[in-house]
Amino acid sequence: MRSVALRGLLGRKLRTILTAFAIVLGIATISGTFVLTDSITHAFNAIFTSIYRGTDASITGRSAVSVDATQNLPPFDESLLPKVKALPEVQGAIGGVADIANLIGKNGKVISFGGAPHLGFSVDPTQPQFNSLTLVDGKWPGSNEVVIDRSTAHKKDINVGDTIRIEAQGSAEPFRVSGLVRFGSTSLDIGGATLAGFDLATAQRLFHKQGKLDQIRVSKKAAVSEPQLLSAIREVLPPQTQVKSGIEQADTDAGDTNAFTSFLQKFLLSFGFIALFVGAFVIANSLSITITQRTREFATLRTIGASRRQILRSVLLESFVIGALASLAGLLLGLALAKFLFWLFDSLGFTLPTTGLPFKGRTIVVSLVAGILVTMIASLRPARRATRVPPIAAVREGATIPPGRFARYRPVGSAALAVLGFIALIFGLFGASGTGPVLAFMGIGTVLIFVGVALFSAQLIRPIAAVLGLPAERLAGAPGVLARENATRNTQRTGSNAGALMIGLTLVTLVTMLATSIRASFFGAVDKIWIADYAVTAQNNFDLIPTAIDQTLRQAPGVNNVMGVRSGEMRAFGAKHSLSAIQPGGSHIFLLDWTAGSQATFDTLGPRGAFTDKDFAKKHHLSLGSTFRMLVPGGEQPELTIKGIFDPPAGGSPFGAITISASTFDKLYTPAQNQFVFFNVDGGVSKANDAKLDRILDGFPNAKVQDRDEFKKNQASFLGNILNILYVLLALSVIVSLFGIVNTLVLTIFERTRELGMLRAVGMTRWQVRWMIGLESVVTALIGAVIGIALGIVLSVLLIVRVDFLVVSWPVVSLIVFALVAVVAGLVAAIFPAQRAARLNVLQALQYE
Amino acid sequence: MGPSGSGKSTLMHILAGLDRPTSGSVTIEGTDITKLDDTALTKLRREHIGFIFQFFNLLPMLSAEENITLPLTIAGEKVDHDWLERLIESVGLKERRKHRPSELSGGQQQRVAIARALVSKPTVVFADEPTGNLDSKTGSEILELLRQAVQDTGQTTVMVTHDPRSASIADRILFLADGNIVKELPRSEPGVVIQAMEEISRT
Repeated sequence: MRSVALRGLLGRKLRTILTAFAIVLGIATISGTFVLTDSITHAFNAIFTSIYRGTDASITGRSAVSVDATQNLPPFDESLLPKVKALPEVQGAIGGVADIANLIGKNGKVISFGGAPHLGFSVDPTQPQFNSLTLVDGKWPGSNEVVIDRSTAHKKDINVGDTIRIEAQGSAEPFRVSGLVRFGSTSLDIGGATLAGFDLATAQRLFHKQGKLDQIRVSKKAAVSEPQLLSAIREVLPPQTQVKSGIEQADTDAGDTNAFTSFLQKFLLSFGFIALFVGAFVIANSLSITITQRTREFATLRTIGASRRQILRSVLLESFVIGALASLAGLLLGLALAKFLFWLFDSLGFTLPTTGLPFKGRTIVVSLVAGILVTMIASLRPARRATRVPPIAAVREGATIPPGRFARYRPVGSAALAVLGFIALIFGLFGASGTGPVLAFMGIGTVLIFVGVALFSAQLIRPIAAVLGLPAERLAGAPGVLARENATRNTQRTGSNAGALMIGLTLVTLVTMLATSIRASFFGAVDKIWIADYAVTAQNNFDLIPTAIDQTLRQAPGVNNVMGVRSGEMRAFGAKHSLSAIQPGGSHIFLLDWTAGSQATFDTLGPRGAFTDKDFAKKHHLSLGSTFRMLVPGGEQPELTIKGIFDPPAGGSPFGAITISASTFDKLYTPAQNQFVFFNVDGGVSKANDAKLDRILDGFPNAKVQDRDEFKKNQASFLGNILNILYVLLALSVIVSLFGIVNTLVLTIFERTRELGMLRAVGMTRWQVRWMIGLESVVTALIGAVIGIALGIVLSVLLIVRVDFLVVSWPVVSLIVFALVAVVAGLVAAIFPAQRAARLNVLQALQYE
Repeated sequence: MGPSGSGKSTLMHILAGLDRPTSGSVTIEGTDITKLDDTALTKLRREHIGFIFQFFNLLPMLSAEENITLPLTIAGEKVDHDWLERLIESVGLKERRKHRPSELSGGQQQRVAIARALVSKPTVVFADEPTGNLDSKTGSEILELLRQAVQDTGQTTVMVTHDPRSASIADRILFLADGNIVKELPRSEPGVVIQAMEEISRT
């Protein structure tokens, strides 16, 4: 019996492959995700192991606001270094600073590869035991010299002895390239990061950390144990510094990137599971059709003594084999997909580091188990259907499989499932509290909605097809009518296919609606409060920019109200909050809706003044004149007085929970940097002023001057990138569902061979046959699109209503494009089946039994 | 035998336990099969019933020999190789045992089906228009083969047909019309059978 099942699969190669393909893509995504994230994790681990080579202890600053913070730690005084060096336990110690250093290319633009960081740091070749860089050409840097990484040098044709401009905290300065370096081992690709190494004094000056250090790395004497070293160092540590063992520090540093890779992994995996989920529908449908077509075979087996259990087992065995083969194929395809994902992220501005493509045991196990399990679960219903084939079907032409006991409850049951899903989703959104339960209810709700609607969609086929069939009828005449009738003659099948496609389109619609609404809300907010002429940000829109930029602008003639916006974090009222700081002039830059205070508040904050938004004020019982203390990373606890409260626009404001004056901020946060700089120019926004500003900021290639509309577009551009990534990932699910349509069409053509022969015999041309199949596919795809887009709109509106700072915005063009894409996809899916149908030999088709 | 719609197929389906009668009972080897549940009926089929179909109903992915032994495979029984050899020899498939159904002629396929029905030495073989899908020469060969099986092994065989020539190989011929047995003949020449049929259709 086992061999019967397996031989059967061999006999239906095409059908088996088409069926299996639904699982292959989902598994490929899962396997590809693991390969990708493993590679990134390996790369980061290699990076941090290299950095802390030879380091027994690491001293860093410590933020008083968040003691476990690992990034943006305040630098500490360099006087600590000689004290540490003088400890008897210490063999060697090296102090260093690091920050962003933008290399400026020959074209005058910042050298940037896909959003990867532009790392600048001090190097000390006199203590090679701490050095993770290998000099591959030239020599180590002296003052006003730099070493850069070989890969950037190659890509940008920079050689030893060349002069390169570098922009850090001041305006861009020329440096002589003294050498080229490689980081870590040869197999490590650090992604698109650019490296710039300076001697310590130069680095301190460039990063505005004169007399300060970000880190001291220490090696111990051989006879000393690590705990002894650490406790000795603790004796000399000033406040707001901390010491960790080298391994601990490497782990801490890797922690941030691990959090990132773990997020990336979950993010990508979820798309793999969505594709699998869609694949389950496709598999269930394909198997169900195959089983209908094999009615006589099962009946014959029953008549010669096979039990229901044997039939069940043989079908499940088949699906096990399909699942296993598909998972294996998916596993291998995952390698290719990982490569593709690296490329995709790179081209969309997120270059990732890599160490080749590792294939871990976990990848194999999860892929195989998930693939086989999903396939077998999807095959349960078809398998049970197969057991209901009565033996008498062996002798009766056109015998049908009797419906199961619960078939008549199906419409009601599936509708109930969808309703239950909506209840769970709505409860999750509006009733539950805590991130965990909210997400759980939303997730369960969404899955129930998908299953419910997909099962219920069979009931929607006839009405929707009646409407969608009209243009098909007009367009193609008889083939159009037949296409519509074919689409509706087994509503269960069409429903399953449309349902599978629906899932992908629902999610595509959902993310588009969300992105459009986020964008529109943000645009609305900017339009509402922005009264400045220009803004400056970093070229990549999010890096901090040096205060030298606002100073330069302030000194330029005709430039007024230059307002830098700085940001940091602080602790107040028992929690961590974001802090903003502004320079005077804001009353001509932003127009806020003040509930207390006025526009003048912007310019009269003074050393202790602060303003906040309505909600924060309400939550912490703040009113005009209220005083409170905040804790800053350096440990100081300045007292602030509320001088204004504003009502932020729906799309949010550029200000944190509390905003203070930049002069106060600069005393507490070093080095001070701006997130944005806003200003006005005599004559307002004009071409002449654009050119003038370019000249003024000539020394800052990383500064990007933009007017309001450009600012809006630039700030929202990341949304476009994210949306593109989401589209590509969701396309997987859509492709899986298209395979469902291809598969169903191929299978129904097997089934309708005689009918097709008859149609050809009575005069239907090959092209009419192709049209008929194509239009049936289009009708199915459009039904899926219509249901999917409608459901996507409902879900996204629910979400947007829940989120306070979002307003619904309609991406009408996108939605129309999705429907059109569905039509095209339907046609594409039909190419192969239509070709097969058109090629049928009329005579043979009529004799087909 | 009987004309179209006389109920002969339905009768055979009921006899073979494929269909359930609204009243009455069917007994095979002392068991009332109309009272059996699906599992018991499946067991009974394995032991006591063989089928030969009009459209052969072979599994396309299995070779001739595998199709023949399929009932034993399903029942999980050992194949009696001597018996299998004799069977294959007697249906004349010695040269074609490794071939797939698609590589066999209609007559050869029906030979495979006959061997399959006989392989488990069932109590009774039901044949449903076994020559209905074959040309007359091949049909005669198949009938001969069935007759031979009855003679050689004493195999009880129930055949449904509307072809008088086929009916003439039977030891006992029952005529059906409108759901009733209206006439019975012992082994008869085709001419006699034709005459009987005409009588029935006249009344």
